[in-house]
Amino acid sequence: MRRTIVIDPVTRIEGHSKITIQLDDRGEVVDAHFHVTQFRGFERITQGRPVHEMPALMARICGICPVSHLIASAKAVDDILAVEPPPTGADLRRIINLAQIVQSNALSFFHLSAPDLLFGFDADPAKRNIIGLARENPQLARDGIGLRKWGQLIIEWLGGKRIHPTGIVPGGVAEPLTADVRDRILAGVPEAIAAVERAIAWYKTDMLRWEEEASTFGNFRSAFMGLVDRDGNVDHYDGWLRVIDADGKYLADRIDPHNFNDYIGEAVEPWSYLKSTYWKPMGYPDGIYRVGPLARVNVAERMGTPRADEELERFRWRVGRVAGSSFHYHYARLIDTLHCIEKIELLLRGPDILSTHVRSRAEVNRNEGIGVSEAPRGTLMHHYKVDDDGIVLWANLVIATGHNNMAMNRAVLQVARHYVKGDQLVEPMLNRVEAVIRCYDPCLSCSTHALGEMALQIQLLAPDGAVLDELAR
Amino acid sequence: MTTVFTLQIDGRDVAGSEGQTVMEVAEENGIDIPGLCHLEGIHDRGACRLCMVEIAGTPKLAAACMTTIVEGMDVTAHSERLLEYRRAITEMMFVERNHVCAVCVANNHCELQDMAADLELTHFDLPRISPKVDIDASHRLFAIDHNRCILCLRCVRVCDEIEGAHTWDVMNRGLDTRVQTDMGIPWGDSTTCTSCGKCVQVCPTGALFEKGRAVASGSKRQRPFLPWLKVVKEERGQ
Ligand code: SF4
Ligand code: SF4
Ligand code: FES
Repeated sequence: MRRTIVIDPVTRIEGHSKITIQLDDRGEVVDAHFHVTQFRGFERITQGRPVHEMPALMARICGICPVSHLIASAKAVDDILAVEPPPTGADLRRIINLAQIVQSNALSFFHLSAPDLLFGFDADPAKRNIIGLARENPQLARDGIGLRKWGQLIIEWLGGKRIHPTGIVPGGVAEPLTADVRDRILAGVPEAIAAVERAIAWYKTDMLRWEEEASTFGNFRSAFMGLVDRDGNVDHYDGWLRVIDADGKYLADRIDPHNFNDYIGEAVEPWSYLKSTYWKPMGYPDGIYRVGPLARVNVAERMGTPRADEELERFRWRVGRVAGSSFHYHYARLIDTLHCIEKIELLLRGPDILSTHVRSRAEVNRNEGIGVSEAPRGTLMHHYKVDDDGIVLWANLVIATGHNNMAMNRAVLQVARHYVKGDQLVEPMLNRVEAVIRCYDPCLSCSTHALGEMALQIQLLAPDGAVLDELAR
Repeated sequence: MTTVFTLQIDGRDVAGSEGQTVMEVAEENGIDIPGLCHLEGIHDRGACRLCMVEIAGTPKLAAACMTTIVEGMDVTAHSERLLEYRRAITEMMFVERNHVCAVCVANNHCELQDMAADLELTHFDLPRISPKVDIDASHRLFAIDHNRCILCLRCVRVCDEIEGAHTWDVMNRGLDTRVQTDMGIPWGDSTTCTSCGKCVQVCPTGALFEKGRAVASGSKRQRPFLPWLKVVKEERGQ
């Protein structure tokens, strides 16, 4: 007899989703699925719209990382116009993108995950949140709030609006940077660096407590994918795709992102609207790979900025050249954040950053365009086709949570195997399923619930669908 | 010698010359009567019906932009009833086509949007029609998104009266009414269009726009330019 445990609803990623854990006769976990059961269909909405509207339209896909979609979309439209933004325009886009990653990473680490790490996964959920964190470790909470605010302010100053900035346009950015804004951002750099370095120091001492979790939280062999620059260092905005295997061997390097379709396939499963992407040369489902902060630090030679590189060396010394456990997303996310801050400073100190030549203009010159960049959660791809008048005929997006879909399923299965015993629904399992999903920081609206607590509901179902046990909070 | 008439608008004594419309006299006296099709510099057409006013002694409402003044007229331009009508008309303009302000080139400088705000139209009661409506982006410089057209016909009038090209006209009836270029061929194929851009400038919404403009970055001039063009034209005796 097979029984199914349903955790529902974990999320509202592009709609709703839930988790099911399948037991066999002996009460052993045989399978686990992360279902996305609703679909927002943005690809469809874009059909028939003028291509210049795409960045703003795409920014509305997500209230959590609108800037990432703006960037990837603007790059895809650049491609259709066959223009390159002027160097300063590209740098200003880079800065906004990095600021977005800083604020999003801060939300993921400090607001959502740090409470688990501080209080333990089995602590009372009522205290396992940013408010509890503020009581117990006020400095850590302050650092998280400060980093997030700094990132948001940069987006607001550069992009016009915090939530749905309009400053990123096809061909570059709408407005040049003023000396005043540059200096205001630079003034915040030392504190931002100090904040993330304090968090790294805290994490490094604390992580020893989580050996068991580190070994069971999505600890498996998989490939990794991310963008790297000319020197093979992390690049969040441009560059080439690099894919490595679990041992660090290159599966492919210097892939022109325009050719991503040659390498990445998308599989559709009946149980989810979220497409699972896979590494084509290895086929589905063997071609499992991960993206995001962990993938970025794994694929890159170095981060390319001094402080982050120092931390990266320690990271590799502790967890290996290619970190396999998804638990290390947290650690990697902090190093990623440190790098972003250093990079923002570097770009702002560039000699031409105040240039007023920030936008190139052109008409529609191609019928197809692809834009690829690194979003906080991983590589993001926008691919459009337009007619000769620039009307969108077709659009496809490959989002980070799609790249990670198979890995998330694998991780949930691993956690369930380790923590589900018999047909009883127990809190530790629920807590860890929630926490392992959080490692990937998927863009689940409810994972960013104000108190950082996911609305979870587990149901234990008999084969005939009868509810045997129920656990909710 | 022009005859001067005296009349009342919203209880205020005002004066105007024979032949002027209630709208013009109100404008001259700083009384704001809402309207979306009226535009100084081109002939009025009475298309939007937002300027409807009450005139003492007649049961019927009259469009202020189409009604010439007479001596002793007593006009009510603002009342609860008129406000309700104006809200209803504005609401119909929204539900008749597809307006998504957040991704519209005219966002934050749209006369329809401003009208909704001024009338405090906070929500729609009428069901949305959500018709499938086209975009014509075949012109090299400009595009028309019929989703946002309110059929004010400013484009038709400015193209005819000021530019003299008469590229724009109206086709079909009822819900299917559309402005069209050159008997319904794609704008880009029009042989009469001079690409002057006046229609784009006068369009109150995001229906007509310069291609390549991103969201909320339309290019409407703030200064009314039509009256000047008209004066120039008249001085040249055209
Ligand atoms: S035309 Fe005006 S009302 Fe319509 S979508 Fe655009 S901004 Fe909104
Ligand atoms: S296109 Fe613009 S100017 Fe022409 S009728 Fe429609 S709303 Fe009016
Ligand atoms: S302004 Fe009078 S009908 Fe439009």
